This record gives sequence, C-alpha cells and structure tokens, in this order.
Amino acid sequence: MMTLPLFFFYLFSIIAVASALMVIVARNPVHSVLYLIVVFVNSAGLFMLAGAEFLALILIVVYVGAVAVLFLFVVMMLEVDFGQMRRGILQYMPIGVVIGAILLLELLLVAGSFVITPEVMSSSVIPIDNTMENTRAIGLVLYTRYVYLFQAAGAVLLVAMIGAIVLTLRHKPNIKRQDVVRQTSRKRHEAVEIKSVKSGEGL
Amino acid sequence: MNSDITSFASLAPAFPEMLVAAGAIVLLLFGIFTKKERANGVAMAAVVLLVATAGIVIFHPAQGVIFNGGFIADEFARFMKVLVIGGAAFALILSLPSSRQHQLDKFEYSVLVLLATLGMMMMVSANDLMSLYLGLELQSLAAYVLAAMKRDSARATEAGLKYFVLGALSSGMLLYGASLIYGFTGHTQLDLIVDQIVMGERSIGLIFGMVFLLAGIAFKISAVPFHMWTPDVYEGAPTPVTAFLASAPKVAAMALLVRVVTVSFAPITSDWQQIVIFLSIASMVLAAFAAIGQKSLKRLVAYSSIGHVGFALVGLSSGTAVGVEGVAIYMAIYVTMTIGLFACILALRTQNGAVEDIAELAGLAQRRPFVAAMIAVLMFSLIGLPPLAGFFAKWHVFLAAIEARLFVLAVIGVLASAISAFYYLRIVKTMYFDEPVLEYAAVPRELTAVMGVTGFLVITYFVTVGGPLAAAARVASGSLF
Repeated sequence: MMTLPLFFFYLFSIIAVASALMVIVARNPVHSVLYLIVVFVNSAGLFMLAGAEFLALILIVVYVGAVAVLFLFVVMMLEVDFGQMRRGILQYMPIGVVIGAILLLELLLVAGSFVITPEVMSSSVIPIDNTMENTRAIGLVLYTRYVYLFQAAGAVLLVAMIGAIVLTLRHKPNIKRQDVVRQTSRKRHEAVEIKSVKSGEGL
Repeated sequence: MNSDITSFASLAPAFPEMLVAAGAIVLLLFGIFTKKERANGVAMAAVVLLVATAGIVIFHPAQGVIFNGGFIADEFARFMKVLVIGGAAFALILSLPSSRQHQLDKFEYSVLVLLATLGMMMMVSANDLMSLYLGLELQSLAAYVLAAMKRDSARATEAGLKYFVLGALSSGMLLYGASLIYGFTGHTQLDLIVDQIVMGERSIGLIFGMVFLLAGIAFKISAVPFHMWTPDVYEGAPTPVTAFLASAPKVAAMALLVRVVTVSFAPITSDWQQIVIFLSIASMVLAAFAAIGQKSLKRLVAYSSIGHVGFALVGLSSGTAVGVEGVAIYMAIYVTMTIGLFACILALRTQNGAVEDIAELAGLAQRRPFVAAMIAVLMFSLIGLPPLAGFFAKWHVFLAAIEARLFVLAVIGVLASAISAFYYLRIVKTMYFDEPVLEYAAVPRELTAVMGVTGFLVITYFVTVGGPLAAAARVASGSLF
C-alpha cells in the first residue's frame, strides 16, 4: 500500500541520491554546485517528512542561501582546471571501487544487526513532545536552559570573525577611501571650473 | 526545563569566565579605537585582566554546578584554571619584547589569547559533552588564528593551515564519539552518563563512542599517534605563539581528559585504561627516539612536549586519585618548565634574527652565561634529575603507576626518560664545550625576569612550592573521586 508520505519519501530520496551522484560526475563545476543545491532542497523535504520543519527550513536558508552561493562564487572565481584534476580518475578507479565495496559491506553488516535500546527514548533528558511544533520547543529552551551554550557559540563566532579580519585585512597606504565630511563640505566653485572654449579650437 | 539562573549571585561559579569574556570584548573595542602602536599596552591590560581572574579563582572560589549541569566549578577545575591562566599570562609577557619581529604587534593578538583562555577555562569546567565541545572549539579556533598570525611568513601560514585541517578532523572524531555516547546512554551530562553505564552492561556502541572521544582529545594533547601536527606547527608558528600553544592548551585538554574518564567512564576503567596506557607508552617512546635527530630547537621542544604528555598520562593510566594528583602536579611543573624554556629561546637573538638551530647555541656559556645556565637547569629538570622540579613530577606519576601495579609501564617510562636524556644533554654540551660562533643581542628585561622566576621555582621546588603544590593537587584530585 503506497501512502502519500511514503511516495514523497521515495521521490525526495531518489532525486537526492541521483543529484548527489551528478555532483561528482558533472563535467562543469558550476553544474556540480547546482546539483548540490538540488540535494539540499530534497534533504530538506526529507526532514519535513520526518516532522523536523525547523531543521528543514534552516537547511534551505543556510545551505542553499549561503553555503551553496558561496561555493558558486569560489568555483567561478578560482580558475581551477578540473580536466587536469580528473586525469588520474581511471587509474585510481579499481582501488576506489574496492574500498567503496568494503565500506558498503561494513555498513550493511552494522545496519543489519543494529538495535536501538527501547529505554533510550524515554530516558532522554528532554522527552520528545509531539504536541508542540519544534520551532517553539527550541525557542523555549534556547535562551533559558541552554543560555550558556548559546553564549559560548556566540564567542566561537566572535573568534571566527576576528580571525577572518586579522588574517585577510590589509591596510594599504595609498588606497582611496571615502571621507563623508570632505565630500559634503565641498563647494561648487572648488570642484568645477568653467572655461569658454572657442569653436574650432581645442583647449 | 527552565534555567537555574535566578539571580546574578547564582552565577558566582562562572564569575572568572564572565570577567575574561567581558574583558576580551572591552579590549577589542579599545583596540579598534586606539592607535596601532598601543598594541603592547593592550597586551599589558590583558595580563592584568588574567591576573585579576586568577585572583578571583584563588581567593574567592564559588563552587557548584550551574547552567543546568553544563558548567561545574570544583577544586579540580580551580587548580587547573590557575595553571591555564598562569600559562596564558606568562605567554603574553613573553611576547611583549619581540612582538614587532614576530608581527604580533596587533591588539587582536591579546584579544585572541584572552578568548582562547576563556575556551580553556570552559574546557576545564565542562560538565556536559556540549559545553566540552564548545570550549574546545573556542580554544582551538583562536589557536589556529594565532598560529597563522604572522601572515607574510609562508611557514606560519602553513602551520596555521595544517593545524586547522587536522584540528577540524579531530573535532569531527570527538563529535562523532560524543554523538555515539549520547545515543547509547541518552545523556550528554558527564555525571548522568555514568549512571546509565552502571545500570546496564557496557555496550559496544558506548566503547566506540569513548574511543572516538578519546582520540579527539588525544589530538589536542598531542599524544602519539595523534601528534603529527605538533612539530610542524611548533616550528612554523611565531615563537611566542608556540610558547602559548605548548603550555596552557595542553593543561586544559589534559584536565578535560582526566574529568571525562574519571567522572563519566569510571565503571569501565579497564577499557579506557588500555587506551591511555597505549597513548602513554607510544608518546614516551616515539618522542625519545624522534627527538634525537632534530636540528631545530623548536622541533626538539615539540618532541619533548609529546614525551612529557606521555609521562603525565602514566599517572592517569593508574585510574586512581593518587594518579590524578600526579597528573595535576606534572602539568603544573610542565607549564613552569615550558614557559622558562621559551623565555630562554626568545632570549637567543643575533642582529640578523632569532637563533633556532641547536648548532648555533655553540659557546653560549661564554657569551651569555646566565641564559646558558638557565637552559642547562631546565634541561636537567626536563630529564628529571633530582633535586629539580622535573624529578618530583616524574616521581609522583611513576609512584601512582607502581601503586596500581603497572610495572611494565613504569619501567618503559624510566627507560624512555633515560634515552631522552641524550638529546637534552647534547644541548648542554653544545653550549658549554663548543667554540662560540655567534654574537648575541642583549636580553630584554621581561625575559630575564621570567627566566629568573621559573629558574628559581624549578631549582628550589622541594623546599618552597613543592609542599603547597602537592597539597593543592591532592585536594583537586579528591574532588573527582
């Protein structure tokens, strides 16, 4: 019996896996990034099906909105010769296939024997409350119970910002900067000089 | 579900952290609005701030668990915080005289050191896998930037990038381990994880999680086989930054390791004991042999620090209160020796720049007798010769190992110590018995003062600080058991 959620689950999964494959086989790196966006959007759909609507929207806002666009900029700005990088791919194919097969086998072995302890769900610190949407649930604990972690994450981001500025910003001595006071206090007679030019002659 | 912070006074256990955080932000603002030449003034202010924080930790300790179990202030955290703050403050003082040459004359340097110190204090006080990770990440991120701060030097940039890539990998392993532990116990709080382990029999998934978690922390303390980044980063980073990286972060990561294994994994001691014993033996032996062939002074110090982490882990592998006491004493003495050693290294300058090759130390005893004597004292202490401090550090950890009947570990440790004596003594031989080749520049006053203080502590350890330090370490380890 094919229910509607199940149908969408398979739809999103198939598109996600297929585009993930296209990310690594596409010839044009810009196409790879676009396929990556398709993967993100379909994963967001999967999250939505699982009832994690906050995570789904954050995935679209952060990964599609910021990360993927950043990727696009980097790919377009760096002139990387992907043809050159791809040259050895056939040479390394057999060993890659062997390692991939071993990993797949191990994953199947683990997944086949994997059991989640039934008590774990009930013994969780914050029991899952199905009556509340999860944006509200996060909002209730983020600034109260987890205020310490929230502030600590803020400190980590501050370090990232300082680091980016320290490592990249250079004050060049002869650079032209905007000086608003000078701009607005400039008079017409200082900036423009009217010359009468006779016709047929240059200046 | 609500917060347990009801008033400002209930935040008391976290006052030192709040002071450092607020101070870092104020200094950041101050630095932006003042002249570039004032960077050393910002560094001095940061040192004063750290001293004030240490004062609060020592004289007004408020103990307790706050932030719904995320943060703990106990005697162990207090001991380790004093070490961390002391290491950071001395590393800042070491950077003052030569900040121009190392391109560290920016106010961001002091602010990043303060934020890294904040991260280390959070690591020491972490009582939850989430606060543990955030503290670790705050410290590491600041350290990556510090290592690459001399951005016109290809070696410093390489060091920063290498540190960042390998550090990110280790953070990933740590997070994976933490997620497995949470998945198999249902808790992230360290003292609640332990109850779950007692209730059920140990599951293979939990052991997996613990192994990944320990691997992530072993990277931060640079224990073998997670040590590969250490020599390159220590060599490439500006020397004052290396002094910082080699002292305070190691103490914080070691404190984190001790707390995690003794609080959360007490019921499965035999499992983590094997891992710690392996890390310990591998670190001691590899460092003893790999350091022999080194020509650069900073690489030698890197291998030496790997070896010392191995010795400190000897104490932890006993899994007893005596062992943790030994680790605490070892880290205190290690920080003192490291700061003193880097003061000596920074003092060795010629007109053309820093002296970084061991061969260039030839005849130092004739040109700069005080610096040479200090290096010699520190080398003898690093070997572990009585009556210097290094001997008592090793004495405490080996005693704990023997009490726990880990005879093989103790014998290997003593042998590794004997082998490592070769490369320490080679430096002494070069300084005292070779002909001088270089003319050294004058030694700045700050460095002479730091050398004097650490030298005094190392030489007179047994009669001055030894007793109080051991007593404090006993109280600290007592709060974990």
